[in-house]
Amino acid sequence: MSDKLVVTLPSDLEIKMVRVFDAPRALVFEAHARCEHVKHWWGRGNPLDCEMDFRPGGGYRFVEHTPDGQHAFRGEYREIQPPERIVQTFEFEGMPGHVCVETLEFAEEDGKTTVTSVTRFDTEEERDGMVASGMEAGARDSYAALDAYLAKAQHDRKSVG
Amino acid sequence: MDRLSEVFSALADPTRRSILARLAEGEATVNQIAEPFAISLQAVSKHLKVLERAGLITRGKEAQWRPCRLDAGPLLEVAKWVAEYQRFWDQRYERLDDYIQRLKKEE
Repeated sequence: MSDKLVVTLPSDLEIKMVRVFDAPRALVFEAHARCEHVKHWWGRGNPLDCEMDFRPGGGYRFVEHTPDGQHAFRGEYREIQPPERIVQTFEFEGMPGHVCVETLEFAEEDGKTTVTSVTRFDTEEERDGMVASGMEAGARDSYAALDAYLAKAQHDRKSVG
Repeated sequence: MDRLSEVFSALADPTRRSILARLAEGEATVNQIAEPFAISLQAVSKHLKVLERAGLITRGKEAQWRPCRLDAGPLLEVAKWVAEYQRFWDQRYERLDDYIQRLKKEE
């Protein structure tokens, strides 16, 4: 795992990710806005079926073909402000009805773009459902995961006081 | 608040995450925990109360020292989910990074 992605829990109903890309904002935004681009990265190297109607009120559906099967995700674009902001819903079809809202913000500085994504759950039930699905998906040793999380916290420790 | 909410709230604060990281190294007294922080002992005690309520730490019975100990149980499910989430998105963003560099060259 690279150390470029920072994941934190800003409140009890949100999870936040921050990642910097060495490219102008228009390009990073564009890579989120069309299937021909999304297909190259969203599937993490797995084949991806992509349908999207990239406009407010439009929907999207991604199907990732992993070695252990197909996983479908869908949502609706609520807000689109090129090249700085996308608000969309997100739902894993394996757990229908559990919908969360993702807010993506793109900020450029010195030719580099910071993507900040905040996923917000409507209710504690939504969040707990998502946590439970993550646990099902994860066959990894949970203590290794805990170590990784705390190692990161350890790293954060230098910046608080 | 349900238990998972308390765990999330407890983890949302950087000072509390640091305290947990300190306790992952072994048990410690309030004074030892407070040492690296530029905040009062009272403030540290408040954070410890939040962590204790969330079931993330337990405190010794000895009145004078009351060392704090990490209880990883409730933390595990959240940590595991966060780690899984991070792993997925790290893989995605690594791909996106490569792809964007390719697009940049083509421009």
